[in-house]
Amino acid sequence: MTEASIHIRGGHLVDPANGIDAVTDLYIAEGRIAAVGNAPDGFTADITLDAGGLHIIPGLVDLCARLRDPGQEHKATIDSECRAAAASGITTLCCPPDTTPVVDTPAVIELIRHRASQVDGARVVTLGALTRGLLGEHLSEMAALKEAGCVGVSNALKPLASTQIERRAFEYAATFDLTVFLYADDPALSMDGCLHEGQVSTRLGLRGIPEAAETVAVARDLALIQQTGVRAHFCRLTTERAVRMVARAQFDGLPVSADVAIPYLYLTELDASEFNSDFHFIPPLRTGNDRAGLVTGLRDGTLGALCSDHQPHEADAKLAPFPATEPGASGIDTLLPLTLKLAQEEQLALGDAIARVTCGPAAILNLPCGELSVGRTADICIFDAGAHWQVTPDTLCSQGKNTPFNGWEMPGQVRYTLRNGRIIFTREAR
Amino acid sequence: MSVNLQIGEDGRLRHFLSIEGLNRALLTEILDTAESFAGVTEQSVKKVPLLRGRTIVNLFFEASTRTRTTFELAAKRLSADVLNINISASSAVKGETLLDTLRNLEAMHVDMFVVRHADSGTAHFIARHVQPHVSVINAGDGRHAHPTQAMLDIFTIRREKGPDFGRLTVAIVGDIAHSRVARSQIHALNLLNVGELRVVAPRTLIPAHVESLGVRVFHDLHEGLRDADVVIMLRLQRERMEGAMLPSEHEYYRLYGLTRERLATAKPDVTVMHPGPINRGVEMDSHVADGPHSVILEQVTYGIATRMAVMSMAMHPVTGQESHD
Repeated sequence: MTEASIHIRGGHLVDPANGIDAVTDLYIAEGRIAAVGNAPDGFTADITLDAGGLHIIPGLVDLCARLRDPGQEHKATIDSECRAAAASGITTLCCPPDTTPVVDTPAVIELIRHRASQVDGARVVTLGALTRGLLGEHLSEMAALKEAGCVGVSNALKPLASTQIERRAFEYAATFDLTVFLYADDPALSMDGCLHEGQVSTRLGLRGIPEAAETVAVARDLALIQQTGVRAHFCRLTTERAVRMVARAQFDGLPVSADVAIPYLYLTELDASEFNSDFHFIPPLRTGNDRAGLVTGLRDGTLGALCSDHQPHEADAKLAPFPATEPGASGIDTLLPLTLKLAQEEQLALGDAIARVTCGPAAILNLPCGELSVGRTADICIFDAGAHWQVTPDTLCSQGKNTPFNGWEMPGQVRYTLRNGRIIFTREAR
Repeated sequence: MSVNLQIGEDGRLRHFLSIEGLNRALLTEILDTAESFAGVTEQSVKKVPLLRGRTIVNLFFEASTRTRTTFELAAKRLSADVLNINISASSAVKGETLLDTLRNLEAMHVDMFVVRHADSGTAHFIARHVQPHVSVINAGDGRHAHPTQAMLDIFTIRREKGPDFGRLTVAIVGDIAHSRVARSQIHALNLLNVGELRVVAPRTLIPAHVESLGVRVFHDLHEGLRDADVVIMLRLQRERMEGAMLPSEHEYYRLYGLTRERLATAKPDVTVMHPGPINRGVEMDSHVADGPHSVILEQVTYGIATRMAVMSMAMHPVTGQESHD
């Protein structure tokens, strides 16, 4: 199949990887970026998109999105979420291995790939399980998982049985040059907790998760990264102290990266103070000071990526007393708007904010996307920064309507999304 | 949200879920109403027809004898029909969700739920989902709140010490971290402008940032009891030893158990309270529990009048017809 040649005209192009922030034209041929600025010789456009007044950025790379498929299709499906992602400018979704069955065999990777290939939406890449069944006891067949295409290994939110298993898993992953994606949690300290241990958990009588549940785990993991030399990525840090620990390790030359999920940049423990289950997160929303520390880490690059940590749920999952509800929020629809809002509120320069959802996560996943260099795959998001919309269950494209941002006014509406040079989503201007 | 949830548009009690979110006038109204019912419960015919024809369901997901019994008696003395439903956690797990259980009971035209559940926030959750004419009373949710217990404790203090809480020093001793009773007492006493409010326990039993609730923290019982007008002892659960909160009951009693000697630093007319059931020789010795300062059995008696007050007030605004005077 030959892809159409596309001329995107007159848009404001922001491509952090190449340091471009200017109004210019973009040319796409055979699914790839053919030129930026002037048309290449002999270029004839099959399609011309008028991007006047619009922004053009690389398609977003979401470092963590649960698609619930296979296994929990009542919450969401690969079909529903890949379409929702396309409608939100996301062209690559990375899903953790905690599906049912777990991603610990090539067959499951193949199943996910097959289902995703049936959809005209975002591409899906998967992390493989670090241990068999994510049970934390036996190594998974990591070499086979890598050959089957997984982009890293992780034990998702599940604990490992011992530090010895963790050490061996790191060594084995390093053998095959696989990045391990870590959830920094000491399970004995976080056990049965559902909220940050602090004034809100004390007031509501909810079992708290102390800051040390994260920092103890980061300290232990860093020691084992040093010991084994594995390349590691800390997923969803939530505390200011953990960010500082990772910054120090990066300064010391350890091969570590880290990300933050976007709700943690806007919300704190105080938002959960009325038992509202939309604010039930694991790891938990922390304090205002932690929130500020995460923004600082994002700004100085300690946190190289910003992800949605998308966790769609059916309505019933949130309809119970707070501790009995399922944690997490649907986040695909709000990733780009809340990233733009960081720039609007001058917490981050626009280029830096865009980098954290494009080239930043692409580098962590070692994928050739997230930038608009000539020759790269043409994954592109074109949005209207001036268009605002309100978050309601109806305006979310994801099957999961569980959002802590209900009623919020969001900046930025995606007009076109292109993946591999093909238009996979179009929204008419209103 | 809790303010709107508990108080109707007319400013009157709609649900009774937590002390937090209520105001001093409402607390005083509850106490005054309880005072009027205290007379009823002492008569030979102990009934008033206030809630005749109403149906109250005691929905207990956690074992309880004292609280459920006093709620049941309170409802019967108000002439309501009472249904007791005890659902153990294990059978709740079997399938039906809490919301389904609720909808089924609502379909039987229930007017009030009295709810106890091991999860903090359950009463709020139920109050958010019941039909507009149904009231919810929290009989204890996890570690969050036990507001009727706090009100009967306040009622007891008012009877013992008079209505001016501003001159009182109150010490709450024991497992603050796991206590819904302590949380409700702290909110109620602060709402009534108590002079000084202390919590006394080792660090393992003091929750994070407890000062933000408006208390002074003491780790030494001797210091914590100095010049106290009221001492409230909390029950210590055996599990605390297994969770590495405490080394032994023996050491706890040695450091935090209330004895006549320890009580000597408090005011001479100190009042000693305990929400029950008491572990004799763990929280306090029998000389104190049965001694002249103890009002532990009065607390139980007042529990009925206080619960009658809360039930009649919460039912009231819905019909707007009946009056207890």
